[in-house]
Amino acid sequence: MYSEKVMDHFTNPRNMGEIENPSGVGTVGNAKCGDIMRMYLDVDETGVIRDVKFKTFGCGAAVATSSMATELVKGKTVEEALQVTNQAVMEALDGLPPVKVHCSLLAEEAIHAALWDYAKKRGIVIEGLKEPAADISETAAPHAPS
Amino acid sequence: MKERIYLDNAATTRVSEAVLQEMMPYFRETYANPSAIYSFAGEVKKAVGIARERAAALIGAKPNEIYFTAGGSESDNWAIRAVAEGLRDKGRHIITSKIEHHAVLHTCAYLEKQGYEVTYLDVDGEGKVSTEALEKAVRPDTILISVMAANNEIGTIQPIAKIGEIARERGVLFHTDAVQTYGHVPMHAEEMHVDLLSASGHKLCGPKGVGILYIRENVRLLPLIHGGAQERGRRAGTLNVPGIVGFGKAAALAGETMQERAARETALRDYLIDRVLAEIPYTRLNGHRQDRLPGNAHFCFRFIEGESLLILLDQQGICGSSGSACTSGALDPSHVLLAIGLPHEIAHGSLRLTLSAENTKEELDRTVEALKVIVGRLRDMSPLYEDACKA
Repeated sequence: MYSEKVMDHFTNPRNMGEIENPSGVGTVGNAKCGDIMRMYLDVDETGVIRDVKFKTFGCGAAVATSSMATELVKGKTVEEALQVTNQAVMEALDGLPPVKVHCSLLAEEAIHAALWDYAKKRGIVIEGLKEPAADISETAAPHAPS
Repeated sequence: MKERIYLDNAATTRVSEAVLQEMMPYFRETYANPSAIYSFAGEVKKAVGIARERAAALIGAKPNEIYFTAGGSESDNWAIRAVAEGLRDKGRHIITSKIEHHAVLHTCAYLEKQGYEVTYLDVDGEGKVSTEALEKAVRPDTILISVMAANNEIGTIQPIAKIGEIARERGVLFHTDAVQTYGHVPMHAEEMHVDLLSASGHKLCGPKGVGILYIRENVRLLPLIHGGAQERGRRAGTLNVPGIVGFGKAAALAGETMQERAARETALRDYLIDRVLAEIPYTRLNGHRQDRLPGNAHFCFRFIEGESLLILLDQQGICGSSGSACTSGALDPSHVLLAIGLPHEIAHGSLRLTLSAENTKEELDRTVEALKVIVGRLRDMSPLYEDACKA
């Protein structure tokens, strides 16, 4: 059902954990649908993401997309991180089963939520970043099987 | 991969050696169509007759009350649809429970679209149907009550005899999906006032693709398949002879070993339940503590999700199942867990482990040790657990 990369990132998740006093932290998803992701960012003065950690409650794909998302944003500037889409996460994982596409959307949203929190704390505006939905279950619905 | 520990016997079982041996001659040696006239066919017909007797004996029925089908889902579909169609001039109201197998629930949903009305009875926190609620739900136009003998997920055994008594008193037909109890828990169709009963061969170490519908004598039921005289004209089609023979053997063996096997499985099950509850915090047992299938243990581990748990168990060679949404491709977790009142986030973290006569205490010890590590690991990863620890 899952690609080898998904299994690898699920079994050996990268950057799993917490960051104390993070520059930004965001939590998205809801327990009702069975997926919650939390992303912590440590951003330096030049706007580069020095470190990123995640915690996820969810299925194998939810953990794997969180893990991959952290890899894709680590070392990037916040502007570059904003460009990491769910498509990029999925491609990096060699694809996801159709019913799990919402997990990649959740991962993208988790990055945005953490960036939003970072921008708020710093009192800055990140071009193109919108206030994230606290709960993407509604937007994820079209991807779910009927 | 480590040596496999198979704990998904409610999903299917391994065909026993004796059953397989009994089936083998009916593929290449005694292969005639039992409907034929020559004596070669007579041998096959006789074997089917023995299988029918054995299938009947397990529930105190007569052989002519047993109809072979392709399995439990077919039997459920047949019973419910044929009663509904046959009695539509008498009434169009059906009573069932919220925790039935989808073979029953989806058939009822189909009938609702055809203009029938269905009452879905609530269950209590342990998954039991209230017989008082059932009594109140029966109406003059009620034509069928369908309540499962035991739940396939949480293992709770229903008060079938009492439900049968109510049905008989009120003149309503009673169907029970006995797929999980047949061959595992003593049942007597007549004493329990059951009119229709579904069972499946592969849940009792028999082959897949063969089941029965028990139709009590004098109950008129419309045929399922037209096109032949097989199964007294009610289910046409050349008989699945090897499957039927295997079913019969599995039923005979299940009857002989039931008492001893159930006692052993119950003891192992209780050992597993006690260890898991004692050694893994924030864990609950689902289903009734005593009135449950001998081989069924069903847990919810808080703060984690079932699919993740199953994948990591699989990596340790352990086969289990879950009612989590992610394992079914739906967004909602199991309808059974929601019906017993569990909130979504707890229902997502479910695990069902179901035993057979082949499982050992050593296997369960290894499973508990693996579970402790895996649950701990997933909780370390869970933002819900983090929040709970900080709160």
